[in-house]
Amino acid sequence: MNRFFDIPSDLQHSWAGLIGLHLREALLPVLGGLVLALPLAQLCVRLRWLYPPVLWVTTVLYAIPSLAFFVVLIDYTGQTEVTVMIPLTVYTLVVLVPAIVDGVRSVPPETLAAAAAMGFGPVRRYAQVQLPIAVPAIIAGLRVATVSSISLVSVGTLIGNQGALGNLLHDATIYNRPELAWNAVLTMAVLAILADVLLVGVRVLLTPWMPSGTAGRGQGRGRKEAAAR
Amino acid sequence: MNVLHYVNAFFSNDAYWQGYDGIPTRVSEHLGYTLEALALAALIGLPVGLVTGHYGRGGNALSLIATAARALPTFGLLVLMTMLIGFGMLPVMIPLVVLAVPPILVTTYEAMRSVDPSPVDAARGMGMNEAGILLRVELPVALPMILGGLRSAAIQIVSTATIAAYVSLGGLGRYIVDGLYQRDYEKVVGGATLVAALALATLALFWALGRLTVSAGVRRSN
Amino acid sequence: MIRIDSVTKRYPDGTVAVDRLSLEIPDRAITVLVGPSGCGKTTTLRMINRMVEPSEGTISIDGRDTRQQPVNTLRRSMGYVIQNAGLFQHRTIVDNIATVPRLLGWSKDRARARARELMERVGLDASLARRYPYQLSGGQQQRVGVARALASDPPVLLMDEPFSAVDPVVRKGLQDELLRIQDELGKTIVFVTHDIDEAVKLGTMVAVLRTGGRLAQFAPPAELLTNPADAFVEDFLGADRGIRRLSFFSSAGLELLTAPIVAVDASAEQIAARATEDVPYLLVTGLDGRPLGWSEPGALTAGQVDTGRLLPCGRPFAAGRDSLRAALDCAVLSPTGWAVAVDGEGRAAGVVSQAAIGEAIRGAHANDTTGTTGFAGAPDLAAVQKAAR
Repeated sequence: MNRFFDIPSDLQHSWAGLIGLHLREALLPVLGGLVLALPLAQLCVRLRWLYPPVLWVTTVLYAIPSLAFFVVLIDYTGQTEVTVMIPLTVYTLVVLVPAIVDGVRSVPPETLAAAAAMGFGPVRRYAQVQLPIAVPAIIAGLRVATVSSISLVSVGTLIGNQGALGNLLHDATIYNRPELAWNAVLTMAVLAILADVLLVGVRVLLTPWMPSGTAGRGQGRGRKEAAAR
Repeated sequence: MNVLHYVNAFFSNDAYWQGYDGIPTRVSEHLGYTLEALALAALIGLPVGLVTGHYGRGGNALSLIATAARALPTFGLLVLMTMLIGFGMLPVMIPLVVLAVPPILVTTYEAMRSVDPSPVDAARGMGMNEAGILLRVELPVALPMILGGLRSAAIQIVSTATIAAYVSLGGLGRYIVDGLYQRDYEKVVGGATLVAALALATLALFWALGRLTVSAGVRRSN
Repeated sequence: MIRIDSVTKRYPDGTVAVDRLSLEIPDRAITVLVGPSGCGKTTTLRMINRMVEPSEGTISIDGRDTRQQPVNTLRRSMGYVIQNAGLFQHRTIVDNIATVPRLLGWSKDRARARARELMERVGLDASLARRYPYQLSGGQQQRVGVARALASDPPVLLMDEPFSAVDPVVRKGLQDELLRIQDELGKTIVFVTHDIDEAVKLGTMVAVLRTGGRLAQFAPPAELLTNPADAFVEDFLGADRGIRRLSFFSSAGLELLTAPIVAVDASAEQIAARATEDVPYLLVTGLDGRPLGWSEPGALTAGQVDTGRLLPCGRPFAAGRDSLRAALDCAVLSPTGWAVAVDGEGRAAGVVSQAAIGEAIRGAHANDTTGTTGFAGAPDLAAVQKAAR
């Protein structure tokens, strides 16, 4: 057990250092993906014809294995962190665009009509009505993107040790030390769960108007019970 | 442009069309891993999702399990399992199934929960038993969403099954991993293109499956 | 007979939906459970087919406790219609209707043949058989719901606010259709609604429930309107229950005057002869005898009647067939204060003043002091009730 945190020196980082590196490589792409996804999604909401082709392209991009993506990028960006972060940004984008589009579209038309009737311009309507109501859908997308990003960074170990905690996996095999693999898997899982919990917390903070507990669940049951009275 | 050049070079190379490292062999290996992992994940995810969704209980436990499963890093799990179990199919199947169960489980549960309660009430009032309600009233209506969950699980498996090559198994990942070590980008790009094509074929397959199995009354009213 | 014997439904959280309710639901009649939301009417209905299990008390059908048979056997022996029809969107109309016969093990062909027969019975065109529910209007879907409930020819029909989700015009059509079907089939129907007008129109017996699941009154609609048991029932019936009660009195006793009626081609002498002091207006009829409109006698010139300048006579009532309520309504709406009565062919049968109708109402009430028996003023009760609907 005391060898659990004994990180081989070839990684040039402490355990905490690897965690920091891992979070940077995993979360910066999520942030970048979000920044790109918001305008792209709004464009898809505005121009309905644009959405199906965008959906097709994102599906194809999502199907490209991360390793292949990394390898192809080595030609342009070398064996660096950037090579790992670009595909992760693309995956985030792919998850977020449909989530945001569906979220914004789920705003009831009568709510939009009411906003228009009260004199909301398109920008104000987007910022104050559509975006807040789409928050649960956006956060749901961010949860999936963040968790998968944290998992995928580790594949970067195959392209010149750019996998942060994933590099422990590589060392685990070459030094035949399974406890390093355990360390990598468990640390990544805990990071993913913490990030997930954090995002749920953000959603609760941003959506005080939602029924407490898990939103939407139990609605059907509530209706059934109401009908029984 | 040079990506397209690589694609063209890969597919026009006769050497890639035959033998144990030929495209037909690798594609069929890849399909085999995908189908096996999807079948196992569906075997776990579908019944649990259908039953919990029908009774509307255990939703919170289910989302906890799904979150935990999603948090497990697929590649890390593969390496760990290989070190613990040794080389073979099992250490590849475990991470793929862990990857595919959450989308199937969660979508199936949500699909069942989103079925309009009034036909269910009517069916119960007519004296249909619970299994009948689940299979003949709820399932046909929930089917499009359930197929959607299976589809996204299938696409993730197709893309991720490439990791099998890292532990010396076959499949399309062979081209990518070998290409990486041989610095042969033609091979990597060719492998990636085949995986993407397989993913598109999966989409098409699920679309066709939806046309065949989803009632016209459900398809049009959604 | 369905017998509900001091039944209580208490939920685990302590709320009491139904409180020691006892009802005897007569065979081959429509019994309506009505009341405000939270009065336990739906719970009561759902306890009959054990969708909800009573906490205390028993429910029996023809003397047999409903708990003595398997729950699905019980449910298959009763039709069940709910608010939004609850159709199976993945099945065609004919297969929706054939559901219970199929559950009972009928062959597919026989079940479908039966379904087609029922489509006709509830007034659905046969061309709709292969359609899906989303292709039908709300009213049509509700008809399918009724047909589906009738499919295995169950003696009992449970209907839970079946018509409350459709618009008023369609609802009236569905109500009339239900009464027609009931005339033909004579089912034991338990019908839940929150709409007192619907209860009065459809019910042979009406049970008014109050919040908390207690029975306030159980009576035929006419008695309900005449003698509400307490302030709650009176309040629930609404302010115009006196007017509504007139639906149960026939207009047959009204004395119709034929003197103030002139044909459009009447001569000057005829017009002069009809215009008496008692009659400030004359009703002008067409050559076919149908009423055209009212006119002051002085404004009529023989041979040159300008039908466009007549005062409208509004919708007439059918003498003898319509109720006093219809007659009064015609008189109130008429610009002259006189109601026009027509015969079966729509020809003017006579006119009657508001005063004369008021007289008839007083007479009817005098003959009907008990409110429970004898509508002495109404010789043909069944006909009146039907017409009033």
